[in-house]
Amino acid sequence: MSRAATRDPILVRWLLIAVAVSFLALFLVLPLAAVLTEALRKGADAYWRSLGGDDTLASIRLTLLVAGIAVPLNLAFGLAASWAIAKFDFAGKAWLISFIDLPFSVSPVISGLIYVLLFGAQSALGPWLIEHDVKIVFAVPGIVLATIFVTFPFVARELIPLMEEQGRDEEEAALTLGAGGLRTFWAITLPNVKWGLLYGVLLCNARAMGEFGAVSVVSGHIRGLTNTMPLHVEILYNEYDFVGAFAVASLLALLALVTLGAKTTLEWWHRDELAAAGRH
Amino acid sequence: MIDVSHLSKRFGGFNALDDVSLRITPGKLVALLGPSGSGKTTLLRILAGLDHADGGAVHLNGLDASSLKTRDRRVGFVFQHYALFRHMSVAENVAFGLKVRKGPDKPSKAEINDRVARLLDLVQLSGLAGRYPSQLSGGQRQRVALARALAVEPRLLLLDEPFGALDAQVRKDLRRWLRQLHDDMGLTSVFVTHDQEEALELADEVVVMSKGRIEQIGTPADIYDNPATPFVFQFLGNANRLEAQVQNGIAQVAHWRVPAPAIADGPALAFIRPHEIEIDPSGNDAVIRHQVILGPTVRLDLHLPGGAHAEAVIDRDSHARLGLEPGRQVGLGARRVVVFAAP
Repeated sequence: MSRAATRDPILVRWLLIAVAVSFLALFLVLPLAAVLTEALRKGADAYWRSLGGDDTLASIRLTLLVAGIAVPLNLAFGLAASWAIAKFDFAGKAWLISFIDLPFSVSPVISGLIYVLLFGAQSALGPWLIEHDVKIVFAVPGIVLATIFVTFPFVARELIPLMEEQGRDEEEAALTLGAGGLRTFWAITLPNVKWGLLYGVLLCNARAMGEFGAVSVVSGHIRGLTNTMPLHVEILYNEYDFVGAFAVASLLALLALVTLGAKTTLEWWHRDELAAAGRH
Repeated sequence: MIDVSHLSKRFGGFNALDDVSLRITPGKLVALLGPSGSGKTTLLRILAGLDHADGGAVHLNGLDASSLKTRDRRVGFVFQHYALFRHMSVAENVAFGLKVRKGPDKPSKAEINDRVARLLDLVQLSGLAGRYPSQLSGGQRQRVALARALAVEPRLLLLDEPFGALDAQVRKDLRRWLRQLHDDMGLTSVFVTHDQEEALELADEVVVMSKGRIEQIGTPADIYDNPATPFVFQFLGNANRLEAQVQNGIAQVAHWRVPAPAIADGPALAFIRPHEIEIDPSGNDAVIRHQVILGPTVRLDLHLPGGAHAEAVIDRDSHARLGLEPGRQVGLGARRVVVFAAP
């Protein structure tokens, strides 16, 4: 009886595989291929020329800058939050967990709007900010804030279930063996979650570079100054510069593929260790 | 010397420990015995500094333990599920306590390797130094956990249900081995168990706990022969619980009359172990309702006059010789009847 599942008729098996593969092709491979085809429609020269444009380079730089700030901050925050939640008991823990999920449940447009309402010219803080010449909304700080908000849960969400499953026995064992709190964190807690952490950071980074909605609200769309790559794609597309739009889009797609490749390679390199840790 | 005085601990509305006092003599192997929720693990964790008491004090060799951090207490703790560091090899696990030492106490690399090799030898795992915990059996993990705890040369070794997760045969072997290790190394050890057989077999001294309180402290023979409370009597083995009536220092239990000088007149509780009941084929104190053969012994379910029930356990030979069968009337003797005042 227990073998029934593996003894389904060949027809059923092939049918299921065919459905899965065609779904994958239709919704993942085809769009990816379309991006590349459109980007190279007018040849490699046009492709490189549009990537080399000043505004495009500026948008790439800005995207890297924003991700470079948001990802480390959310790495630190996610690690701290999941450590606190999984290893310690304190009042308000359930609230903290719910709040971490907030950015996932709120529309990105609202996430952006929050900062406009907080720091925009019409806000309570607005006059003070203008007086002191501090630009947050429609400038780089606003984009960074919105990106941090949107990518806030990735690392913590990946780590909390993992750390809770591992429990605190190992940390307590380290304490009884004479290790201090910090030593225990570096020697026991962190190595135990390093793969989950890496995965969370990769996802966080992919989203930080690809975020559109929230960033679009706070950016102000100033070319060469406050346009990130996704925003730049939209502008180029709206101006009928299809090669340019798809060229930038191909970079974003490439980022996704590199992320995926990096994750797979790392898992393959460390497969023994992963198997030993009992988690894949 | 470990002195526990008037310790109390609450978790929400639950009294985990309630005025617990205890003294542990160096060199002894002590069992904390009780059902789940009796507070035994909480007491062990407070001794280790992993939990903090709400009231009372623990003194380790005269020092107030609340002033000592976990790492300064020099206790070895063996966790119920071992809590081995999963990303470290067996040797790295054992070396951890030595590697985290600071300053002049920190041994050199060669010393650490030497100590680890000796400890692995001691727990008979020399060949497995490079393995990871997930590649070991339960019994092997248990021994790694023990070697790791012993590496820091603890003044006190604490073990939380050390054999709970092992199968019967491995458990028996490890028990004997742990007893030997304790004696050879001159350790002071406290272990938690809910298995009375384990406590009676292994420990020098048994502390029976229930609902956060200590019911009795004594040697295994002492608590078995002279249980202080009905709980202790029942927890240490099968028991028949019978209503009794005391008058002028004599308790009437079914047809038995037993001396009960310390108990006031009125209703009381009596206990008899099933194997301490003797069957007399010629008497008429009870009727056999049912009998079950359990390997070398036979359990008889007895119907006493007045509606009470009792169990007796006799060996197969006697059972055959007496020709007992359900429905038959028998006389009952009791080698020991223990009477307690009604609660």
